[in-house]
Amino acid sequence: MSAKKSEKAKEAKNEKEDGLIRFTINGQPVQAREGWTILETARQYGIQIPTLCFHPVVQPIGSCRLCMVETQQNNSSRVVASCITPAQEGVEVLTHSDEVKNVRRWILEMLLAACPASKGIRDLAKEYGVTSSRFTVDYPEDACPRCGLCVRVCDEVVGIRAISLGNRGIFKEVTSPYHQRSIDCVSCGTCLYVCPTGAMEQLFDQVRG
Amino acid sequence: MERISNVAELEALRESLHAAHDPERPVVRVCLGPGCLALGANKVSRAFQAAIKGKGIKASVQPLIKETGCHGFCSQGTLVNVDPFDLFYVQVKPEDAEEIVENTLLKGQAVERLLYGENGTRYRSSSEVPFYQMQQKIVLRNAGVIDPLKIEDALMAGAYASLAKALTTMTPEKIIDVIEASGLRGRGGGGFATGRKWRIAAANVRKNPGSIYVVGNGDEGDPGAFMDRTLMEGDPHAVLEGMIIGAYALGSDQGYIYVRMEYPLAIKHLSIAIMQARALGLLGQNILGTGLNFDIQINRGAGAFVCGEETALIASLEGRVGEPIPRPPYPAEKGLRGRPTIINNVETWANVPCIIEKGAEWYAGLGVPHSTGTKVFSLVGKVKNSGLIEVPMGITLQQIVEGIGGGVPGQDRFKAVQTGGPSGGCIPYELKDTPVDYDSLRKVGSIMGSGGMIVMDQRDCVVDVARYFLGFLEEESCGKCLPCRLGLKAMLEYLDHFAKGQGSPQDIDDFHSLARAIMVGSLCALGGTAPNPVLTTVKYFKDEYLSHVVEHKCPGGVCRDLITYSIDPEICNGCTVCVRICPQECISGDKKKPHTIDINACIRCGQCMDVCPVDAVMVA
Amino acid sequence: MSESFGNIEAILDRFPPQPEHLISALQDVQAKFNYISPAAMRAVCDHLGVPISRGWAVATFYKSFSLVPRGVHDIRVCLGTACHLKGGARLVEGLERELDVPREHTTKDMRFTLETVRCLGTCAMAPVVMIDEEYLAEANIRSLKRELKKI
Repeated sequence: MSAKKSEKAKEAKNEKEDGLIRFTINGQPVQAREGWTILETARQYGIQIPTLCFHPVVQPIGSCRLCMVETQQNNSSRVVASCITPAQEGVEVLTHSDEVKNVRRWILEMLLAACPASKGIRDLAKEYGVTSSRFTVDYPEDACPRCGLCVRVCDEVVGIRAISLGNRGIFKEVTSPYHQRSIDCVSCGTCLYVCPTGAMEQLFDQVRG
Repeated sequence: MERISNVAELEALRESLHAAHDPERPVVRVCLGPGCLALGANKVSRAFQAAIKGKGIKASVQPLIKETGCHGFCSQGTLVNVDPFDLFYVQVKPEDAEEIVENTLLKGQAVERLLYGENGTRYRSSSEVPFYQMQQKIVLRNAGVIDPLKIEDALMAGAYASLAKALTTMTPEKIIDVIEASGLRGRGGGGFATGRKWRIAAANVRKNPGSIYVVGNGDEGDPGAFMDRTLMEGDPHAVLEGMIIGAYALGSDQGYIYVRMEYPLAIKHLSIAIMQARALGLLGQNILGTGLNFDIQINRGAGAFVCGEETALIASLEGRVGEPIPRPPYPAEKGLRGRPTIINNVETWANVPCIIEKGAEWYAGLGVPHSTGTKVFSLVGKVKNSGLIEVPMGITLQQIVEGIGGGVPGQDRFKAVQTGGPSGGCIPYELKDTPVDYDSLRKVGSIMGSGGMIVMDQRDCVVDVARYFLGFLEEESCGKCLPCRLGLKAMLEYLDHFAKGQGSPQDIDDFHSLARAIMVGSLCALGGTAPNPVLTTVKYFKDEYLSHVVEHKCPGGVCRDLITYSIDPEICNGCTVCVRICPQECISGDKKKPHTIDINACIRCGQCMDVCPVDAVMVA
Repeated sequence: MSESFGNIEAILDRFPPQPEHLISALQDVQAKFNYISPAAMRAVCDHLGVPISRGWAVATFYKSFSLVPRGVHDIRVCLGTACHLKGGARLVEGLERELDVPREHTTKDMRFTLETVRCLGTCAMAPVVMIDEEYLAEANIRSLKRELKKI
């Protein structure tokens, strides 16, 4: 009995010493390294969480909100963006709770109307059961979800900063200044590579001139 | 004035100012608050100066014209107080100055016709007027009393005495203790405990030594709110004093006040106040000889409502696009230039000197538990007495709207009150006994917000109001996160349908589910609270939504596609004003004979209703 | 064009060459020239060490900046909540018809820029219109027309 107890204590000690964070995703026990986010951990275990604005080469900003998950701990539950939420010991993560599904479903349906020209968005929406949108299509040729990956990679990775997100709200757009050829662009094409929807292909010629 | 190098010199200066002041000398206080300014208060003030000059009053009794900040009772402007007679004049026009000088200043008599009257009673002093009687002024203690451009006036009213007390008799820890014990909560909207926020920031600086910043948030963007404007214009030193005390408590040497660009007068008054405080040694190096170094810089907003959100405000201070970033980390840990930063609303800062002066217990005794102290509200919309009020927390909605506001003109009850601005909720008449405090408002689906209080009557449509607030937020959304950027537009699409009488009851339920997704999914508080007007109007006024989509009627008579205009022939006096204003030229009728509107050509612009001098234009 | 290099330099001299002064510097340029020309934008960005892409993003994000010249007179119609309830929207529509210009635009003769603003903080006097520095309290389309004639 006492031997068993000491073994248990030893195990608990090991848990602390190996520096791993233990929690669950959809009931499945998972381990994360210090500093990992919930999303990184989920991907490590092959658990699917949809994303648009996330790419491992740039800092996550939590803006597309498709990666929302519900976390439960100490009787309180929150819905958070998994790409920017650090893994926490003992937390229960749900990737498909009703609240999460509701957020995701509406975002995808609105995206279908906002970026009708993107096959990537259509495929993603379909994967989550959204195949049509009740909302008005204002720009049938638009494929850009304004996730800003192109802007961030041009800034953080290439260091050129030829493009930015101009205007605000529903008028927000990815562009080079004044919608003209950028004098800074080096035509490296990194933005094309990270774009999740193919929208950059429409814009690239304007930017590099 | 010379630089003051210690507390004794400050008190000596204050005494000498009092000694030089003749209590018998008449003082005319002309309100130059935003409402009175719009009514031409500047001209009233100049008329007084001219009238006094014209009378050739002896130098010894030369009356003093004080141009003060807002007196609060905006619907009665221009407001003028005359001391030592304690007379309160309303609706003063430039041409009245002569009579006031002649009768009041020279003969000591009241000008009866300019006194405020209500229900047959005329009131001589403002303290007797019902509008003021239920109020309790702490934050606005000096607004409307002092000349905000003269630091001497502020000093005579007691300014910077709390700073002297804090610097010489209290440790920084003690100040944080007192603020925490007072129960003061953030007046900008969130309602986070101020003392706790300070304590967290102080702990973060100990852990990670270096700079810490204090910021006054004066980016009052809520439509229908002008509390912060009035405070910054009317008593800028109260804000500065609070911030200097905060700087001492937190160990900060640099502060910023972020002021909305639509408030040029607030920027001017704060700038002058800062220069005067610097000249006296109340800001800058070695404040009051205590070794405290602290200065304040003003940053002008550039026109973005979202910059009231603290992480967006920091981005703007750093010269960037005002996009919020997810919290945590909170600014108290990582804010301006990556350093701990305390951002408090300017109203919160203005409370601090009073708490230091009178103690935490006194403050905690005001209001109700968990919502202590007073709150400033701008009471506007369909209410008789509109203006700026300061009341103890916990007072009920009805007491405010009916007691202070005098109710809705021409109707026996209000329909709803929107508190908390565009992020707040619409509270129906049935909940009129709701106490106005942080927690009770949250319980009914609204928020305290920064203090806008908009009264609606039976002629207002809740669908239209929800549409208005969403339209505002859609314009002001930074567009960073998808639920807010796309969701507010999608909600507007629903509301546009409803306003046209289209849609189905199922749509109302879907609409509600979309609102919930935006609330849960958005990155910052702008998106997170944006659905509040929708959620509360659907909850309390679902019938009215159903009237629109099922019966194709707008009970308030507002939604353009569901109404018709007509002219009541009994009332119409045939003045032809509407005939001349109608852009469609679809109103006909001869002079002095009742007019008629051709409803087939009418575009329902409502111009005729706005200009009709006898209110003969009907809407149904 | 009134913006000589000397004028821009005088503004830029007030700011240490750090990116955090971008908004303040653009505000001063806007105040001086009533809009931000591409040349002025370049000068500000070069001085502060900011890429043009960021200067452009900031200038288009905040409502107070204008990248095109503005009219001689500003007409600002308040659409704050109180003004909305009391018919502010009808006033803008009336002015759009009267001046033949859509809101947030400048008339062809460059005399007037018609803007809407969400709350001037004079809610008790709703609906309010500001023409340059003058407030017009409890405005209606008739009083506005009268006021415009005076200019």
